[in-house]
Amino acid sequence: MTMTLAAASETGGGSLRRYLKLDAWQLALPLALAFAALFVAPLLLLVGVSFFNDDKITQPGFGSWIKFFGDPFNYKVIGDTLLLGVKTVCTTVLIGYPLALVYIDLPSRLQKVLIFIIVLPLLLSVVVRTFAWIVVLGREGMVNQVLQGIGIISEPLRLLQTELGLVISLTQIEMPLMLLPLISVMSRLDPNLRDASAALGASRWRTLFTVIVPLSMPGLVAGCLLVFASSTTAFISQTVIGGVRLIYLPLLIWQQSLVVYNWPLAAVISLSLVVSVLSVIAALSYMGRRSSGHLHG
Amino acid sequence: MARRRSFGDISYGFVIGGLATLAVLIIVTPVVVVLMTSFTEGRSLKFPPTGFSFGWYEQLFDASQSRQIHKAALNSLEVACFSTLFGVVLATLASLGLARDRHKMARVADNFFMSPLVLPGITFGLAALVYFSTLGFRPSLDLMIAGHLIVTMPFILRTTTASLSQLDPALLDSSRSLGASWFYTLRRVILPLIAPGIAAGAFLAFMASIDNVPVSLFLSNARTDTLPIRMWGMMEATLDVRVAAVSGVLIAAAFVLMLIMEWTVGLTHRMRD
Repeated sequence: MTMTLAAASETGGGSLRRYLKLDAWQLALPLALAFAALFVAPLLLLVGVSFFNDDKITQPGFGSWIKFFGDPFNYKVIGDTLLLGVKTVCTTVLIGYPLALVYIDLPSRLQKVLIFIIVLPLLLSVVVRTFAWIVVLGREGMVNQVLQGIGIISEPLRLLQTELGLVISLTQIEMPLMLLPLISVMSRLDPNLRDASAALGASRWRTLFTVIVPLSMPGLVAGCLLVFASSTTAFISQTVIGGVRLIYLPLLIWQQSLVVYNWPLAAVISLSLVVSVLSVIAALSYMGRRSSGHLHG
Repeated sequence: MARRRSFGDISYGFVIGGLATLAVLIIVTPVVVVLMTSFTEGRSLKFPPTGFSFGWYEQLFDASQSRQIHKAALNSLEVACFSTLFGVVLATLASLGLARDRHKMARVADNFFMSPLVLPGITFGLAALVYFSTLGFRPSLDLMIAGHLIVTMPFILRTTTASLSQLDPALLDSSRSLGASWFYTLRRVILPLIAPGIAAGAFLAFMASIDNVPVSLFLSNARTDTLPIRMWGMMEATLDVRVAAVSGVLIAAAFVLMLIMEWTVGLTHRMRD
């Protein structure tokens, strides 16, 4: 704290600072106030509203919680939502990790091109990316046209409004969130470690699983967390590609709050979403901290 | 390095190379396909597109036919500009205060300010709707600016804090020993050095605001809706091919913006760190 502002004041130049009795940390106060008024207060109110029984918000009670957790269907929705996140994490790791491996071996000119290709979709609107997948996966879309063209299928496959189509789309939509932390950690790996492993006779697979993967664990965990959090709450992609037959928690929240106007129930569902997503994230990052940085084998 | 190429090494090349190629294909294909589709002559999203025309772009830029889309785009720009502006001021002040602070409380505060990135956006959107309606506000662009400020500010805080912590303390010491006041040091030494970090964060925050769905979904109405919300409506209703044209414009804009940011502040480098 004394580094930036307080230090300079010792020379007498900080008379204003001394006059205002300003400590460096107090520069964070405006942001803290904004957060108190616009972030903490709304969330506390949301928790409060969840403890009302009726949509007019007049009778306090646990009615909305009991209603939501009394219905077995809702457990299935919670499970489906978390499972969708897990599936998306698996597919992004499966193809994203190899891409990161290839990236660190590329000459720096090609690295620049590749990072551009990775980041550009991140800057594209999620709505645009979702729309793009409708065009690709639709009945007359690219995948069906290509597969029919080379004669693998005779009837168009139904890809939209299926979980498969949704997971494929989310893999692309969330991919940058996996790749950026992975690449950040893997570019800092000492190349000598790989050479040493090879010189000692380890195959490339063995080097991958005993040297590179353990050392890149912090990036991998960070990527998994971001992808999981983002895919479980990706309302637009879930509703547009998944359609009305695939139901996830964000859709329930939207229905209860903006269609049915039952805010207490919507509050219960959205708090359940927060708790279930954050507890998976906490468990993942705990496991990540335990396993990171150790070399095995 | 001379090594025997075993079966394992060859299979490694095939599997890793194959999966990486698949990854690049999955990342790039939708963008290319949507660009191609936007130039179709037809009235559907069929692939491959029939013919080539700028028809859908002409419709999109026609003031009378696409008035609502233009309005939504202007709303998006206004919300993104103001929320980024406030975000830059608040986040820069806060990181000046916290970045070099070694106290535990400073780390706690930093994590707290970053927490909107982890909290599901839809939960914050609903909370903001309930909160603002309880306080008696009607949906307006101002509320949306306030909501976007919270969810986009962390991007600015992150890059600014990163560049502040890379700042060489010797520079501040020399500035001080040469008799500069802290304000002079701030203006002539610190701010110029962290400006690229602030700019990169501001750019990411701006793009995040333009892209935001969960907050806008709850805080907008038919008059104040933003571009993503309007596009979502168009996709749900009729699959209007104009959405492809809007996408084409957004892809081009993101491409140009990214080139500019890459040349000026080295954006991708900052995102990797």
